[in-house]
Amino acid sequence: MTMLQMLRTSGRVDRKARPRGQILPYVLSLPALLVCVAILVPFVTAAIYSLQRYRLNLPYLRGFIGLQNYIDFLSDPAFWNTFRISLTYTALTVVLELLLGLAIALLLRRPSRFHNAVSIALLLPLMTAPAIAALMWKLMTNPSFGILSYLVSLFGINDFKWASDPSTALFTVVLVDIWVYTPFIMILLLAGLRSLPRQPFEAAALDGVPASFVFFRITLPMLAPYIITASLFRLLDSIQQFDIIYAMTQGGPGDRLMVFQVQAYLEFFQYTNVGRSTALLMILWLITNILSNIFIKNWLRLRARAHHQA
Amino acid sequence: MEHVSLAGRIFRGVALTLILVFFMFPIFWILLMSFQTNEQILRIPPRIYFEPTLANYEALISGQLRTAAGNLQISFMRNLFNSFVLSSAAVVLALLLGVPAAYAFARYKFRLGETIAFTLLSFRFAPPLLVLLPLSLYYQQLGLNDTYFGIVWVYQLIALPLILWIVRGYFEDMSPDIEHAYRLAGHSWREAFTRIAVPLAGPGIAAAGLLSFIFCWNNFVFALILASADKQPVTVGALAFVTASGIQYGQIAAAIVLSVMPTLLLALYAQRYLVEGLSLGAVKG
Repeated sequence: MTMLQMLRTSGRVDRKARPRGQILPYVLSLPALLVCVAILVPFVTAAIYSLQRYRLNLPYLRGFIGLQNYIDFLSDPAFWNTFRISLTYTALTVVLELLLGLAIALLLRRPSRFHNAVSIALLLPLMTAPAIAALMWKLMTNPSFGILSYLVSLFGINDFKWASDPSTALFTVVLVDIWVYTPFIMILLLAGLRSLPRQPFEAAALDGVPASFVFFRITLPMLAPYIITASLFRLLDSIQQFDIIYAMTQGGPGDRLMVFQVQAYLEFFQYTNVGRSTALLMILWLITNILSNIFIKNWLRLRARAHHQA
Repeated sequence: MEHVSLAGRIFRGVALTLILVFFMFPIFWILLMSFQTNEQILRIPPRIYFEPTLANYEALISGQLRTAAGNLQISFMRNLFNSFVLSSAAVVLALLLGVPAAYAFARYKFRLGETIAFTLLSFRFAPPLLVLLPLSLYYQQLGLNDTYFGIVWVYQLIALPLILWIVRGYFEDMSPDIEHAYRLAGHSWREAFTRIAVPLAGPGIAAAGLLSFIFCWNNFVFALILASADKQPVTVGALAFVTASGIQYGQIAAAIVLSVMPTLLLALYAQRYLVEGLSLGAVKG
């Protein structure tokens, strides 16, 4: 079950026609089917490659080796470094963007001309290509003339090297990610906040219920389905982040920002090791599926509860 | 409606100002940089007042980059052109393929429709490289990595699901009764589709098309892996340009401005559609 299907099957009156021997719907969806095949063929190919010893520079060594590529990763410290950094990056970006996005949505909750103008302005970072956004921040954090390097030097920090220093590289790319994607969460939560029924809030205001109680007991639970949806989308993008990190440092300095897709890219194009590269991506796919399943289960539970309350 | 104290209003004002500064400043600053000479950029402390120059844009447009080592030929305008061609073609193709399919998904109950919907959504959960790396080997064998068509085809992976979800939602929210009535009046299926269903779903189709265009334009990894040098869009081209031009920071800033300007202007122009499309695309699929 996907989130989409769950949303669709809920509460909508089914008025679809059954195609009794009709070919029309099949003809219409044929092109979409073609695209599906175009996705599935490389996907299956990748799964097969991941079971092979397959290096582009040593084609004569190619052959099936079962799960050896996977087993090799488990004892490879570079893999665990990638694993750790990917999950840290994901956790940091999702949590910080969620908190910031929620805060901004709450600030802009009341529709007014100014609030709407702010939310439109915040669309701009989201509509900037992430790879280009990374270049923008690279210019701003340049050690010799970057405006941000200059600004931190005003606070007496003269040797702040941003993405080129292993100790601050993660902070820098997380900052770029926050800049690009917080507006996404903000837009979804703002739409959610503005669509909430007003009666519970009016009743609470009449009874003089304190604001913190309203927030934690009414707003948050009712907003929970939106929060889960927004974080799920961010989680999926974040654990697969490539553009920002590749454009900023290509996974460096050293292997400090080596996340899954960047490592897979380098395994493929630098070390021409197709087997290892695809095995790494299969592992990432597995992790992504596990995480999204956990999310969807919670989403269902929370939605059931929200319906119950309403 | 709600009573806000003075302290609360000041807090909100300060918070919103900080938020606006954080999200707007990078765009503003890069725009300023793009009108500065390298000497002006390297000045410390940085200044907001300066004599603006168009030299960076002139160099990019003429394709002649003056460096310390001599003149350098650049093809940034070519990248910009490629982005326009690739993104527009991808969206047109995705609309031609996607709108009828979305209609079929919305109006008919058939298992293949659910399977396609499920497969395309699952791709959202799969790492793009998992598809792109094997595809790059196929593309090399087929010679597709040197064609616009090859890139437009993989861009369907971005544009088509988006159009299917958003437009399908629009069709589903429309009552089929009008189409039925129109059909009973003796019109063909195709007439009902093109004269009734498509115009009614117009806003949804526009939102989906715009979002797809922006996402295709902003995509980086597809073209990085699949496109040959002369077919690369601005996202890949800008990164190559940074490497090639080295310390020509004003020109890098101008290249960044040119790369993001089309999508940002489009986003400002069509913000209502965009917000709707994003919310729909995310909440429904």
